[in-house]
Amino acid sequence: MTAILDILEQDSHATPDRIAALTGLPEDVVRQQINEWEKSGVICRYKTVIDWERAGYEPVHAFIDVSVAPERGSGFDEVAARISRFPEVRSVFLISGGHDLRVIVRGADMKQVANFVSERLATLERVTGTQTHFLLKRYKEDGDVFFEVEADHRLMVTP
Amino acid sequence: MKPLNSIVVETPPSGIRRFFDVASRMQNVVSLGVGEPDFATPWRIRESAIYALERGYTTYTSNAGLISLRKAIVQNIEERYGVSYSPETECIVTVGVSEGVDIAVRALLNPGDEVIYHEPSYVSYDPTIRFAGGAAIAVPTTAADGFRVSAAALEAAVTPRTKALFLSSPCNPTGAVQQRSDLEQIVDVAVRHDLYLIVDEVYDRLTYHGVHTCMASIPAARPRTILLNGFSKAYAMTGWRLGYVCAPPEITEQMLKIHQYTMLCAPHVAQYAAIEALQNGELDVRAMVTDYDRRRRFFVRGLEAMGLRCHAPDGAFYAFPSIASTGMTAEAFADELLQEERVAVVPGTAFGAGGEGHVRCSYATSLAQLDEALRRIRRFLERRGCLPVGQDGRPMEVQA
Ligand SMILES: Cc1ncc(COP(=O)(O)O)c(C=O)c1O
Repeated sequence: MTAILDILEQDSHATPDRIAALTGLPEDVVRQQINEWEKSGVICRYKTVIDWERAGYEPVHAFIDVSVAPERGSGFDEVAARISRFPEVRSVFLISGGHDLRVIVRGADMKQVANFVSERLATLERVTGTQTHFLLKRYKEDGDVFFEVEADHRLMVTP
Repeated sequence: MKPLNSIVVETPPSGIRRFFDVASRMQNVVSLGVGEPDFATPWRIRESAIYALERGYTTYTSNAGLISLRKAIVQNIEERYGVSYSPETECIVTVGVSEGVDIAVRALLNPGDEVIYHEPSYVSYDPTIRFAGGAAIAVPTTAADGFRVSAAALEAAVTPRTKALFLSSPCNPTGAVQQRSDLEQIVDVAVRHDLYLIVDEVYDRLTYHGVHTCMASIPAARPRTILLNGFSKAYAMTGWRLGYVCAPPEITEQMLKIHQYTMLCAPHVAQYAAIEALQNGELDVRAMVTDYDRRRRFFVRGLEAMGLRCHAPDGAFYAFPSIASTGMTAEAFADELLQEERVAVVPGTAFGAGGEGHVRCSYATSLAQLDEALRRIRRFLERRGCLPVGQDGRPMEVQA
């Protein structure tokens, strides 16, 4: 069954018919299982991987490491949830190491991101410090490689 | 000038060569004719080869190969199949299984000795046996039988000159995986007639249904088996040219002499890479096998829906559909499919006369290409009125 998820994670367009052909599972079983996962939230939603730069846009990304004074009772959860609600925030992770939260922010330009950090993030109660790293070049993200694709060097027909 | 060696002169070039020549001059070909993985070698393996180059591992190695690699090889066989070999005296690292086949038959055969093999099978067995001065005796396997190799058929071909049985499982081009019970009967034949067993298990990791039986894991086979395997298929390392032989010391001792004088050693850098493959490549192998298996199901179902029956392609990465429903010969089918629809397949006859009525389709290519190939083959069959017809007289979708 995880094969279904595996295939959908690679290609959200894969139809139940195709998934059935790839896995040998009956099509209605595949369809029903996907329905269940959609309802239960195992499948959150279907999205598309876009190379925005190739499309002519250059959004600015920054990784912001945030130090937080945790709250009694809720730990980091409340602050993390608060940060997560900003639409410019793409990801929020609780991490080990020198800082507590790693936040990924996307903005139209550097100024927008810088403003977000200084006016929204750094000023939050319980945020005790931030360290901002601007993304300079994307090589690989979530398993997708953004540099050269390796060509097929095989001959046309071989034994 | 004086004539060249008559055995070589009389050997026809590979039937695959002609298709290669035609297909490579065409544009927009979807090739199902490639007998190698479509994955590049997993990065961790390539990376360790780069490291080996940087550190200057550019020399010869010992004839038999790096001892650390031989240890890793025999350990892998032990873990996988429970058969133990001595890395010092029972294992030689070769330049692919191709060299393994060559030095095995050369070490075994006197002029005129016979080797019985099954057909259709890999293109190089017959010529390699003949180059070694032997006679290659083909025993047919059939689609009706799922391309099983029958002990009785092999035994019927045994003569006083028979020296060895040559088996290949999983099989290129049929994809057939031989059952342990059948292999046990074949071992009985070998014991009864005192024959060596040469086994090409280069596709051992690529099975999707049933399990691979290592010939040497059958106790009576172990003392008479020359086990050939390599890195080409499991680790997508065809271009590295690396394989190995495991056999009893009195056999490897002779094989090593041929290897020593004709090859000296296998490529040093490739040997380094292979150590990494064996030590850390398992997850990569599994990921590739999962991927092949999905494409296999998808492609075989597509072929069967057009009325092209595929018999038990349980291993390797080939479907070997019967094209009997078209009434065409394998050559004509492959030729016309290439000319009209630009899909390259290999006629079954390239793998021996027993391959007539079949074509080999490699599904080691992207899903998008397989999709396109199926579309084109369907169009090709439709034009000839060869799609299965339903009761309404219209071409029918056959549910596989
Ligand atoms: C059955 C079989 N044996 C041997 C080989 C050659 O293997 P290697 O690359 O190890 O020489 C191939 C390659 O296609 C094959 O299909």
